[in-house]
Amino acid sequence: MGKLAKSPWLLHYDGSSCNGCDIEVLACTTPVYDIERFGIINTGDPFQADILLITGGINSQSESVVKQIYSQMPNPKVVVAVGICACTGGIFKTCYNIKGGVDTVIPVDVYVPGCAARPQAIIDGVVQALALLEQKRADYAAQRRGVMQEGGIASGADQ
Amino acid sequence: MTEVISVVAYLILAPFAGGLIDGVGRIVSARMQGRKGPPLLQPFYDIIKLFTKQMFAVNSVQLLLNLSYLIFLAVAGCMLFAGADILMCLFVLTTADMFLIMAASSDSSPFSTLGAGREMIQMMAYEPLTLLMSVGFYLATGSFHVGTIISGEYSAVLFLPGMLVGFFFITAIKLRKSPFDLSTSHHAHQEMVKGITTEMAGPTFAIMNVAEYYEMVLMLGLVAIFFLNKNWWSWPLAIAVCLFVYFLEILWDNVCGRVKWKTLLEGCWIVTLLCGGLNLLILMLIR
Repeated sequence: MGKLAKSPWLLHYDGSSCNGCDIEVLACTTPVYDIERFGIINTGDPFQADILLITGGINSQSESVVKQIYSQMPNPKVVVAVGICACTGGIFKTCYNIKGGVDTVIPVDVYVPGCAARPQAIIDGVVQALALLEQKRADYAAQRRGVMQEGGIASGADQ
Repeated sequence: MTEVISVVAYLILAPFAGGLIDGVGRIVSARMQGRKGPPLLQPFYDIIKLFTKQMFAVNSVQLLLNLSYLIFLAVAGCMLFAGADILMCLFVLTTADMFLIMAASSDSSPFSTLGAGREMIQMMAYEPLTLLMSVGFYLATGSFHVGTIISGEYSAVLFLPGMLVGFFFITAIKLRKSPFDLSTSHHAHQEMVKGITTEMAGPTFAIMNVAEYYEMVLMLGLVAIFFLNKNWWSWPLAIAVCLFVYFLEILWDNVCGRVKWKTLLEGCWIVTLLCGGLNLLILMLIR
């Protein structure tokens, strides 16, 4: 496993969930499921998070919050939509205030369906996100090297 | 020559020793909660990951202030491990903490400003005992010089048992363990996001973590000088006591909830007065 996959830190945000999935997310940290054995920490800080776990559909009020949290996370980062409401809007899809799933606002990498999503499914989703995270890290490192090389060529042209 | 070797060893090995102790601590903590816990090398994975993350700075000065925190902590540790003046070592330690407070105050996050305020309260709580402790070492051994303190006939703890109890309190604050992890916590779900580290991301946060490992080794080093004397057997004894103190801190961390700042201040000052002050008074009378 790569550098990021060994230490993914989670940020959990409740879009407009009924709290069913949130309780399952918290259940992952309990002794029965113990996500810390994968090096996962449930951090509350977007600045330090690698994986954004969102439960519930997105409503008009939580839209700006989700966008801000996503923009505050440093690259590389992945988004996991937990529960059917976060995937598609679920049972609340046709409500007047619901915009739909999380992917209507920010790009989602892994979908974990279920009502409520079981802790096993959430952990499985997060572990799948790790592979994506590692790929994104490699892309990000390549991109950074590319930018540095371009910068080098540009500064050479200046001379 | 020995001083040079121990300073270089401290500078190179302290982050690794700190990381390993933290790794063991996290496993022990998890076992106390009936969990399996992370791998032993998890702190190193975390730091390597943080260095590969995007440099996400809210301003240009925070990284510099965090680096100053790291450097001043390393200097304070070097002074201790070189056997220099303990009073100066503790002053540099306080200076280092001031840089962390400035780093946290430099950004606009209300959580981090609140954390900086709490960190200052923590400093007020632990500072009196550290000063009393160095005076205690002077009265017990006749010197502020760490080299002289650790080469005495008897361990300093025989004269300073109260100071050691008080220092156990202080170590909980410095290692950011419950019930005194007010300014920032290693645990999730704090009432103010991550306190002083809220707006530190990627490499900046990694530097802060490395600095914490230097600090951890420095604090355990201070515990060790209570026990070191000129006999060789005092060294393994001191290391064993350091590990035992760290175990007690983890235990305390797990059985206690976070206290309010007033309780912290009152608790620490009462302990300082009762353990430190009384110890000092008795020492002054018998010496």
